Amino acid sequence: MTADTAIAPHGGQTLRRSTRYRTLRRFTRHRLAMFGLVVIVLLVMACAIGPSLVPFDQFQLNMRARFREPFATVHILGTDELGRDLLARLLMAGRISLTIGFAAMVIAVTVGTIVGTIAGFYGGAIGSALMRFVDAVLCFPTIFLLLTLAALVSPSILTITLIIALTAWMEVARVVQGQIRALRERDFAVAAEAMGAPDRWIMFKELLPNAVAPIVVAATLIIARGILLESYVSYLGYGIQPPVASWGNMLEKAQQYLTTAPWLALLPGLMITLAVASFNFLGDGLRDALDPRSDLT
Amino acid sequence: MTPQPTTASADGPPLLEVRDLTVEFRGQTGKVAAVNGVSFDVRPGETLALVGESGSGKSVTSLAIMRLIQRAGGNRVGGSIRLRRRSGDTVDLLAVSEDEIREIRGTEIAMVFQEPMTSLNPVHTIGAQVAEGIVFHRRVSRKAALAEAVELLDLVGIPEPQRRIRNFPHQLSGGMRQRAMIAVALACKPNLLIADEPTTALDVTIQAQILELLQGLQRQTGMSIVFITHNLGVVAEVADRVLVMYAGRIVEEAGVVPLFGRPLMPYTQGLLRSVPRLDMMSGAHEELEAIPGNVPDPTAMPAGCAFHPRCAHFRPSLCDTAVPGLEPADPEHSVRCARWRDVAAGVPA
Amino acid sequence: MSSFLTRRLIQSLILLWIVSMIGFALLHLTPGGPLSQFANTPGMSDEDLTRLAEQMGLNRPLPVQYLEWFGRLLTGDWGRSYRDQSPVLYVIGSRLGATLQLMITATLIAVIVGGFVGVVGAVRRYSFFDQFVTIGAMVALSIPTFWFGLVVIYVFSVKLGWLPPGNISPVGNESFIVFVHHLIGPSMVLGLVTTAIWSRFMRSSMLDVINQDYVRTARAKGLSERIVLVRHVLRNALLPMITIAGLEVPTLLSGALVTETVFTWPGMGRLFLDSIGYRDYPVVMGLLTFTAILVIIGNLLADILYVVADPRIRLQ
Ligand SMILES: Nc1ncnc2c1ncn2[C@@H]1O[C@H](COP(=O)(O)OP(=O)(O)OP(=O)(O)O)[C@@H](O)[C@H]1O
Ligand code: SF4
Ligand SMILES: [Mg+2]
Repeated sequence: MTADTAIAPHGGQTLRRSTRYRTLRRFTRHRLAMFGLVVIVLLVMACAIGPSLVPFDQFQLNMRARFREPFATVHILGTDELGRDLLARLLMAGRISLTIGFAAMVIAVTVGTIVGTIAGFYGGAIGSALMRFVDAVLCFPTIFLLLTLAALVSPSILTITLIIALTAWMEVARVVQGQIRALRERDFAVAAEAMGAPDRWIMFKELLPNAVAPIVVAATLIIARGILLESYVSYLGYGIQPPVASWGNMLEKAQQYLTTAPWLALLPGLMITLAVASFNFLGDGLRDALDPRSDLT
Repeated sequence: MTPQPTTASADGPPLLEVRDLTVEFRGQTGKVAAVNGVSFDVRPGETLALVGESGSGKSVTSLAIMRLIQRAGGNRVGGSIRLRRRSGDTVDLLAVSEDEIREIRGTEIAMVFQEPMTSLNPVHTIGAQVAEGIVFHRRVSRKAALAEAVELLDLVGIPEPQRRIRNFPHQLSGGMRQRAMIAVALACKPNLLIADEPTTALDVTIQAQILELLQGLQRQTGMSIVFITHNLGVVAEVADRVLVMYAGRIVEEAGVVPLFGRPLMPYTQGLLRSVPRLDMMSGAHEELEAIPGNVPDPTAMPAGCAFHPRCAHFRPSLCDTAVPGLEPADPEHSVRCARWRDVAAGVPA
Repeated sequence: MSSFLTRRLIQSLILLWIVSMIGFALLHLTPGGPLSQFANTPGMSDEDLTRLAEQMGLNRPLPVQYLEWFGRLLTGDWGRSYRDQSPVLYVIGSRLGATLQLMITATLIAVIVGGFVGVVGAVRRYSFFDQFVTIGAMVALSIPTFWFGLVVIYVFSVKLGWLPPGNISPVGNESFIVFVHHLIGPSMVLGLVTTAIWSRFMRSSMLDVINQDYVRTARAKGLSERIVLVRHVLRNALLPMITIAGLEVPTLLSGALVTETVFTWPGMGRLFLDSIGYRDYPVVMGLLTFTAILVIIGNLLADILYVVADPRIRLQ
């Protein structure tokens, strides 16, 4: 119980190792997290190498093979209103959606970490000004902010990624700021300060590594969120533009064929849900594994 | 800490008979026997003190009597706890139905907890919390119960009870809150009150007042009290008999006079040496000795006598092989120590 | 109590101020800035634009412009829609009701269904029900709202024919039944995420309370398990849920935008999307600021409610 929090003067090495081992064990025993991890690996692999295995191109139109139902023809998952192979499109769309989710996470985590570290380390006026800014950005409903920003730029993978990151960094900033401020109170940072270490060194070498666990959890959840947000903007027409496929924009057209070709709506939605849920499960599992308090339950 | 002579009647059948009580918790690190084969009686009208360091199983014992140990998650409560009910029947609290234990709780056995800050619900008034048990058990109107609550608050020495019943816990001081807690416990006139460190969280002068209150209430009602504490000064003040617990076992049991006069277990002796004495405060300086070492980790109990890593009288292969039995040294004095005769005879460690 | 509320009020005003600055900044980022509405007007020459800029004070320092803009914000002069020249606040106001209907109904669903599920999950912790619901809530949080909307339309409107396929009930001489009938689908869709969130927070809030000392005290009094649960656990576990409800406002607004699009529901979300389509920036920016203000008000209301519900703060 106490082993996780104690900073033992001696025997600390073994303590830390056993803590790490227990964390790993908690994680591997988390069935949902493992499920998420496996699905993510499979999805990434499918989207990476899948398209070269499917005998159709995502852009290849075939007006004589429109609206083919899944599992009925050589088009395993059927075709869309232009006769394009749905499987090929889903896999290529997956590349886009997953890439955006991941890239947006990297940017959001970087921005959030920097803002949070500065706010947490300096505290005072700078810190509270930054955190009030974070609070203010959080007041804007995400989709409203996202669409406003999307309307201001010309849509491309890069801009969409940036915009999603811009609406996702605040949680990380909060988490990091809280962690850093708590850690700063603890004596080792004070000790480093007393030895005359420069601010930047204390921030990044001493404090930040201790905030890694919650950052990792937040990062995983941001990927989930990024994929979801991409699908929202693309569905609403301000994200990835056709003919390039993303899971979101594949649904845009699908709505009007809901009665005649429901699979066009069903499949991309299932892909989004599967991917997002997997990252959510993974994030949840990581949180449980990295949080020492969960030892008690 | 002059032990006071007992006033309670020591005769007659016991009110409560605990036999071989064992409580096991199952955690991630395996099974932990928090209480291990504990047996004792509580006699009518007496005050029985349960002492021991933190983690020795005092609270778990008392919660087991109330049947408030959650049995979910592989926790196990074994043995028997026989209560002589008001009706004259004797029942095993560990075996009675959910309905029956609920009827017993509050009305026949009540409990006062250590933390008056957290033991009262912050969103309900004091009056509501005192009255609630009365309404539930006696099916009287809320109004009548509140009137009783006023009397109870008056009984436990809360000034302006009429006004206080409308207060919330956070509006009362710690001592007042503990008085309110006692009023909650007394609401249905139990004949056994378990007080789990009722004064630990309070400052010294308040502690004395609460002790006085409990003793006064006991004189009025004739109830038995199981008083849990790790403060032997308090024990000397209130107890008739004392149970000393260590690592989930009873290691010494005696009347308060013999225990303080002639402690036989090295652990008890250590506890006594670590008590600040009244005569010390008045000038005679004497070093306070804490017992060296720490309470054993419940997941890694020492073999044999659990106290042996800390014991000055320790003899290898005698003390660390089998758990010593609880042996009667006198008819009213039992001790669990392989060397109690040597200890009693004053053989130096 | 008053000190707590005063502090929260000041915090809200500061937030409002920062929000307004962000809004102002975004307005200036729009193509053509505040002038763009005229730039699109046919027959407008560059000289005309320069003259207009001068008239509107756009060549003055930004801080001065901001102060004027903020003043107009406070007095309710939020500019005019490009599309029909009606005042922005009026346009927003005409759509507010429809969105609030959705949000309130969805919240009711979330509180009742999510609350119930969370309570049962906490009481029967680790049971099959608990695990099933925990996974279910996580999946629900992963479903894109618009897609769930499509599924609901497909199942309940197309296949079963139970629900109208969208659109708010026509205004006017309509019966309450018809009104509710139209409300069911979109509210269900909007409520999904909030319900999932409520069930998760309700469960953990219950678990926080269930091990409190005062719950043990209640049991030690010999009360029935139902009374212990309702009076001592649920009553206390609901306190933090007030804050959660306040924090749900932005999620609900975002969800409303998407839900309204799928169900062609004439609320603020639809208005927002249409306005973006028409590049009607005054309305877009007005709505953005307006929703942020709604969020701040929501949080403030939650704080006030909290004070009413928690005697520790009320009687400080
Ligand atoms: N719910 C539980 N689950 C697991 N272990 C428990 C639980 N409750 C108590 N224990 C363990 O049982 C042992 C005895 O605890 P108990 O609370 O009875 O000690 P105590 O004598 O009352 O100490 P204190 O003076 O600190 O109150 C401890 O080691 C404790 O860790
Ligand atoms: S049995 Fe041995 S170790 Fe234990 S108390 Fe007695 S003398 Fe000490
Ligand atoms: Mg205790």
